[in-house]
Amino acid sequence: MSEKGGKVPEFIRTTMAELADIPNEFIRNELDEFVERDDERAELIELYSQSAPHLLEIGAAIISGRNEDSDRLTVEALQRGTGALEVMDDGLIAGMALVGIKFRENFIFVPEVLACARAMKAGMVHIEPILSASGIEPLAKVIMGTVKGDLHDIGKNLCIMMLRGAGFEVIDLGVDISADEFIDAVEQHNATLVGMSALLTTTMPNMGRTIDAFIDADVRDDVKIMVGGAPVTPEFADEMGADAYGDNAVECVEVAKRLVGVSR
Amino acid sequence: MSGFLERISSGALLISDGATGTYLQQNGLEPGGCPEAFNSDHPEVIREMAAAYFAAGSDMVETNSFGGSRYMLAKYGHGDRVEELNRLAGELARAAAPDGCFVLGSIGPTGEILAEKGGAADDGEMYGVFQEQARGLAAGGVDAVCIETMSDVTGEMSLAIRAVKETTGLPVVATLCFDRGPRGLFTMMGDTPQSASAALTEMGADVVGSNCGIAIGDMIEVIVAMRQATDRPILTHINAGIPRIEAGEIVYPDSPEFMADQMERVIEAGANLVGGCCGTGPEHVRAFVSRLRGGAA
Repeated sequence: MSEKGGKVPEFIRTTMAELADIPNEFIRNELDEFVERDDERAELIELYSQSAPHLLEIGAAIISGRNEDSDRLTVEALQRGTGALEVMDDGLIAGMALVGIKFRENFIFVPEVLACARAMKAGMVHIEPILSASGIEPLAKVIMGTVKGDLHDIGKNLCIMMLRGAGFEVIDLGVDISADEFIDAVEQHNATLVGMSALLTTTMPNMGRTIDAFIDADVRDDVKIMVGGAPVTPEFADEMGADAYGDNAVECVEVAKRLVGVSR
Repeated sequence: MSGFLERISSGALLISDGATGTYLQQNGLEPGGCPEAFNSDHPEVIREMAAAYFAAGSDMVETNSFGGSRYMLAKYGHGDRVEELNRLAGELARAAAPDGCFVLGSIGPTGEILAEKGGAADDGEMYGVFQEQARGLAAGGVDAVCIETMSDVTGEMSLAIRAVKETTGLPVVATLCFDRGPRGLFTMMGDTPQSASAALTEMGADVVGSNCGIAIGDMIEVIVAMRQATDRPILTHINAGIPRIEAGEIVYPDSPEFMADQMERVIEAGANLVGGCCGTGPEHVRAFVSRLRGGAA
């Protein structure tokens, strides 16, 4: 993860595209107004300036939470021959990247994110069958659930939306998930990542117990485990042996990418 | 039995209770267990909890019904016991209440997000869920209802306020949960303390306020902002800090003395009713009473 207000790496600075190179006025304005961190600005300008205008239209529909437009524009892009992967990366995921930043920085809140995620989903339903038919693998498979005893899933569900929005395949186990259920799901789906959440201080220790169960079952090295939830802290994550902690749904995606070795 | 609003408008500062969940965890509630089931399975624990808070000097206690909505109880298989468990919650606290002290029926979040806010819940159904819980609490003899830890002012909170008022006619205390983000204090749905305070006042809440989520320093900032937008009494229930782990145990860092030291600032900020939330207990209330009233209860 990059530090807040981090420096622009030299290689980006020298090849950096300009804001004006982005062929979509709405996205240009959104980026200019809401993305304040230098490293993220550089990264997104680079991404959007290389995207085809008709794909940026999809991104704009997602950022504005217009699911009918996202649905229609995705179908049109596929019909005119743009590859499903390109539509997903440069349209849908590119749009969600800006949504995630706006959410993290308090420019938008849960209702707006849910609307954007719905728009993302409206496009993804057309992409997913094509990708799976052509054998294209997702970024990684992630098993997500709240730990044993914890019934609170709003935070976990936000994380799932953002993970899907970033190109991960997520298997959502739901709430109140025992260690055995997590372990079984990893084996069944051949997943490489596990995300656990807890809202209650009383159920939070069950994260540690679940990790211990992975060790006892001799499968701890098969997966990376990330944790989050209101009472969870980086120190607690460390203490119980998790691989990473995410403070919010955007960090969850950053952490997931780091754990599976994806740079962006 | 009543006179709750009259007591506040007489200018009295009311001292509330501390946490319910924390107390129950120390008295047999398993991690992930249903707190409201204690109302029927361990009524003595619930009565003793209320008695302990009153003995510490609380002018009012909240009932053990935070998760007493059909949505929440159904997750434990108790969806058909809403009226019973809420009525018992009211009766048990009432049984422990000395004359002149109050019982507030607690209503917490449903855990659902309304369709209009991007979730799946139907607003008519949610209204009915709040009505059902409010009826149970009223049958249990509460003096007022405290709708708390809410995040959705214009949706869920608004429905709850209307449902309680229209069903029971009881006074309504409405408190929200704020979180500190990069641009300040907001509810999960994006309301600021000031906008939320104005909205709750507009909706007819008799007492507005904030509980949980943040430590006492941030809560003072919330109260200052809420006070600017309302002439209603303000209630705050404050966590004993942000929990951390020490040697595998969950520890709330703010001691009764530390919180009591800050309480005068909370009141200067504009609060009229003060008490504790997660991590606080009778010893915190005792410290508040001692500091704010200059003596033992």
